[in-house]
Amino acid sequence: MTGSLIIFFVLAALAVLAAVSLILQRHPIHSALSLIVVMVALAGLYLLMGAEFVAAVQIIVYGGAVMVLFVFVIMLLNAGEEERTNFSKLATFGGIPLALGLSGIIAAAIARSSGQLPTPTAAAEGTLSSTRQLSMMLFKDFVYPFELTSFLILVAILGAIVLAQREN
Amino acid sequence: MNEFLAKYAFLIVPLIKVAILVFAVLTIDAYLTWLERKVIAHIQARWGPHRVGPHGLLQPLADGIKFILKEDPMPAGVDKIGYFLAPFLTLALAVTSLSVIPFGPDIKAFGYVTNFGIADVNVSLLVLFAITALGVYGVALAGWASNNKYSLLGGLRSSAQMISYELALTLSVVGVLLIAGDLSLKHIVEHQDNGNLGLLGWNLFGFAKDGAGFTQIIGFVCFFIAAIAETNRVPFDLPEAESELVAGFHTEYASMKFAMFFIGEYTSMIAVSCLATILFFGGWLSPFPASWTFTHYLPSVILIPFGLWVIFDGIRYETIFGRILLPGVGTVLTAAGAALFLFPAANDLIQGPFWFFAKVFVFLFFYIWMRGTLPRFRYDQLMDFGWKILLPVSIANVVLTSAFLLWRMH
Repeated sequence: MTGSLIIFFVLAALAVLAAVSLILQRHPIHSALSLIVVMVALAGLYLLMGAEFVAAVQIIVYGGAVMVLFVFVIMLLNAGEEERTNFSKLATFGGIPLALGLSGIIAAAIARSSGQLPTPTAAAEGTLSSTRQLSMMLFKDFVYPFELTSFLILVAILGAIVLAQREN
Repeated sequence: MNEFLAKYAFLIVPLIKVAILVFAVLTIDAYLTWLERKVIAHIQARWGPHRVGPHGLLQPLADGIKFILKEDPMPAGVDKIGYFLAPFLTLALAVTSLSVIPFGPDIKAFGYVTNFGIADVNVSLLVLFAITALGVYGVALAGWASNNKYSLLGGLRSSAQMISYELALTLSVVGVLLIAGDLSLKHIVEHQDNGNLGLLGWNLFGFAKDGAGFTQIIGFVCFFIAAIAETNRVPFDLPEAESELVAGFHTEYASMKFAMFFIGEYTSMIAVSCLATILFFGGWLSPFPASWTFTHYLPSVILIPFGLWVIFDGIRYETIFGRILLPGVGTVLTAAGAALFLFPAANDLIQGPFWFFAKVFVFLFFYIWMRGTLPRFRYDQLMDFGWKILLPVSIANVVLTSAFLLWRMH
């Protein structure tokens, strides 16, 4: 138990640090690389929960395909280093307190509900970890929402093609 | 002490396996470069390396020393993090991808059963794809961080190429997954075991034990073409096209950092060959029917004459050093063959790995053969081929396979 707890804290710290670095980096590529680290750390957390399939797919889809596209576009546009502007007054006096307040509310909500959250039962763990169970749910129980989502993605792809064609 | 060993066996055994695997892979990589240079030289009617050691056998060692001792200049204006990270990423991911590959059936030794590989994950195929999906960053980052237009073009080409061919690579495997009904590489191999039908049980031919099989020749052709593109090898080596881009993404790398890209490339060649073997060619299974037990002596039958030939060739070799080294190597090979003949237990143990590595060797040779034969694609041809031919054909294979399996079920 302690071993997995240590791994959890290492991965969580890595994810948070990379997320902070994603915001603070001035070069788009460095930000994208930080985001990749966040994705991989999240995959590690999924693996820790026994969801091997979700972890592998997280890396393949988000760490691999999506982020490669990000990096590719940044490299293709040859985006340079961003210049840091002086913080606006609104951000300093309005933004920071609001952000702190929001994180405080979220933290309080989590702290309050931590005792009441349902503990994962053996059956629930089985549905998460087994690829077969997952695909059964996806293609049998929730087949209509799933197909609707893919239809939505298809529409988005068609829209992208139409927009690209218009420029020619 | 024994208690300690038993308690931490889950940690010690994998560590030993990792050490053996890394050592073996680096050695195989080194001699793969030797083999590649020799084979291509003979294709082009040259001798290839033959100065350092007999038949140039010590050339990889000399290359290694050269790589370590060479000056490693860093060009001006590079992005330091990316520049240093890229070669490490390439090599580390390539070697990691071998960790989920089962090289043979489970080993039973000293009352302890362990899998013939490092990790036995139940979604090992996906893990392998996940690691290869991250592999593109090494190349893309190297190209971008080098502050060189040729490198950048190489990196861009590589990322575009990998996005395009990864789709076809993943889809070409779906047929195999439909047949096996499992994502574990070990179970995929075990599913291809069809006793007395031998090699017909492999997914390539598709006579599975339960009848639910369909020939995956289309899937294999798509897989192998896409895999060559994924490993950036000829005829898809546009990221390092030397006639256009100097050396592509690794133009600005020298010394050991260049060597890391090189080792990474060869290691991913090995990983892809292992994957092709497992998915389509029955992994560690023998191509002969299970009842032909005399084929178990095949390793000896190959090793002993080969060892004798090396001794015979070595005695007449031009240099004194060769006349000492080659007969020594030949004696070791002959003795190994004889030992396998005499000790059936050892012989049974190496049957699986023998067939596995024999098949992987065929694929590696094919890689080299192709490099000696085919010219490079043009970039638009590469993209056209990937999206307009390879992708539809692999989707057609999925439809065909699932339709057949559905028909068999009813």
